[in-house]
Amino acid sequence: MAKYTRNGPLEQDAVFIYSPEQLDYKFSETHPFNQKRLQLTMDLLKQINALQPEQIKTARVATDEELLLGHDAAYIDIVKRAGHGELRNGEGEVYGIGTEDTPIFKNMHEASAMFVGGTLTACDYVMQGKTNHALNLGGGLHHGFHGKASGFCIYNDSTVAIKYMQKKYDARVLYIDTDAHHGDGVQWSFYDDPNVCTLSIHETGRYLFPGTGAVTERGNGEGYGTSFNIPLDAFTEDGSFLEVYETAIREVIAHFKPDVILTQNGADAHYFDPLTHLYSTIKTYEVIPKIAHELAHEFCEGRWIAVGGGGYDIWRVVPRAWSMVWLAMTNQQVPTGAIPQEWLDNWQKEAPVTLIPTWEDPEDLYEPIPRKEEITEKNQQTLEKALYMIRQN
Amino acid sequence: MIVERIMTKDVFTLTPEHTLQDANQLMHEKKIRHLPIINTEKQLVGLVAQRDIKNTITHLLNQDEEKKILQTPISEIMTRHPLVGHPLDFVEEVALLFYEHKIGCLPIISHKKLVGILTDSDLLYNYIELTGATKPSSRIDIRIKDEAGILHEITSVIAQYNANILSILLHPDISPNHQVISIRVKSMNPVPIIRALRKEGFDVLWPNTLGMDL
Repeated sequence: MAKYTRNGPLEQDAVFIYSPEQLDYKFSETHPFNQKRLQLTMDLLKQINALQPEQIKTARVATDEELLLGHDAAYIDIVKRAGHGELRNGEGEVYGIGTEDTPIFKNMHEASAMFVGGTLTACDYVMQGKTNHALNLGGGLHHGFHGKASGFCIYNDSTVAIKYMQKKYDARVLYIDTDAHHGDGVQWSFYDDPNVCTLSIHETGRYLFPGTGAVTERGNGEGYGTSFNIPLDAFTEDGSFLEVYETAIREVIAHFKPDVILTQNGADAHYFDPLTHLYSTIKTYEVIPKIAHELAHEFCEGRWIAVGGGGYDIWRVVPRAWSMVWLAMTNQQVPTGAIPQEWLDNWQKEAPVTLIPTWEDPEDLYEPIPRKEEITEKNQQTLEKALYMIRQN
Repeated sequence: MIVERIMTKDVFTLTPEHTLQDANQLMHEKKIRHLPIINTEKQLVGLVAQRDIKNTITHLLNQDEEKKILQTPISEIMTRHPLVGHPLDFVEEVALLFYEHKIGCLPIISHKKLVGILTDSDLLYNYIELTGATKPSSRIDIRIKDEAGILHEITSVIAQYNANILSILLHPDISPNHQVISIRVKSMNPVPIIRALRKEGFDVLWPNTLGMDL
């Protein structure tokens, strides 16, 4: 598309956005959302020599004006004051702040604005043609609402980033969310907007948070037909997950024809994840970014921004899964066999579980699922329902 | 609650070869509004609703050049004394009225004037809201004995975790003298609550905790 024709030469193929301040987003020692994941992932990538210093770019802090693209002024004010200890008792509760899911922590506004800034930095690199792809693993906080924190998320970096790309670059954006939880915050932000398409593949909301993401949620008004939801049954395994993912992403991207794709790479659909009931293995996480990469080149001249998301087994799952996003983005092979011993030695003493010593998951990770065939069939039916409208044309 | 438990299993169906008249007659006889259309292998090939028949008839009527039938005054075809409701009626009672009389809407009357209308879609949405599924939350199902005081024990466990309850539903369990209580809590991490409930001896049906402990 002419509007994004590169002015200068490509500086790099891909950049990795990170700032140590991203680690300050920390609710408590026992809270499941733990950004130590970022350290673990970066260390693993460095140990295999897959991440070079010149590829790492500093995340900036999002300005208030930028945050207002996706959030309410009153809410931003509450978050700021909460992090500075200026909130009266219970004042934050209607905003979801100071709850069990989103407790107050010091400088919570600054840390949250840093995630958003990181995703905005990623957008600028890609949309200005400096790089083809950019990764901000600190982003992907897809439950954040316009005026409310929800599901461990304060500001919704993807919502702000999409609005930012619409405003600054007049871009048509496809958002793809493979977190095990429904990408509700982003979906509702663009539910009426025909120029942003959201595709979320997640565990059914029958029991799992947030409960939404039914196949019938298709958008509203002018945006009808630009929201896609594929709720998968509990105990869904690699084969069915990937079949659904690959079919859906290919058909949706060919139908919507975006200028850029933004993928949310939550890594909580893995069997080990303590909060969800999907049975993916690490194989799923190897394939997801590879296909996204391929399609970004096929449909968007390479423009692909990737962010992190959920992932609550930060020791055995997330470091490998997120390394695979960067490896796919930079066309590097995922290693086979042993994980570097130094990485295992570095982290095993802190880990409450035995680290997995190989890039692959152990064989026979779990007992075979008796209802496998039914689950696969049900997921296929859901996929058909989700894509029914675009298959009509 | 799963669909299997509330669906009608003896379904009236037709095949694609049947006629409009067959469909109309069957709907009238059985007092139903929808007919799945199946083939000889019992595969679903279509669906006919009363509305489709009405639309077809309207279309045929429009082809009537003199439009005589279409000039029929409404007074001749309307239901003269329809069931009506009052703004202060209870939704539960009104729902029963819809069910028993197989009606699709209820005009709401106050001071002898029409002040509103309630349809089956409104009732359905009310049900969805009652289940709490419209707000971000996790659901926990617990099988309990039909005894006094149990709800209090459960909610006091939940209260320890500062989790907001959005909805509570009780429905009969398959096994006698038991009920299933479905609770929606406003939290993404119900794991500590489930663990505490199990520790207190409660039979948490779902979700099951998998993988590592937090």
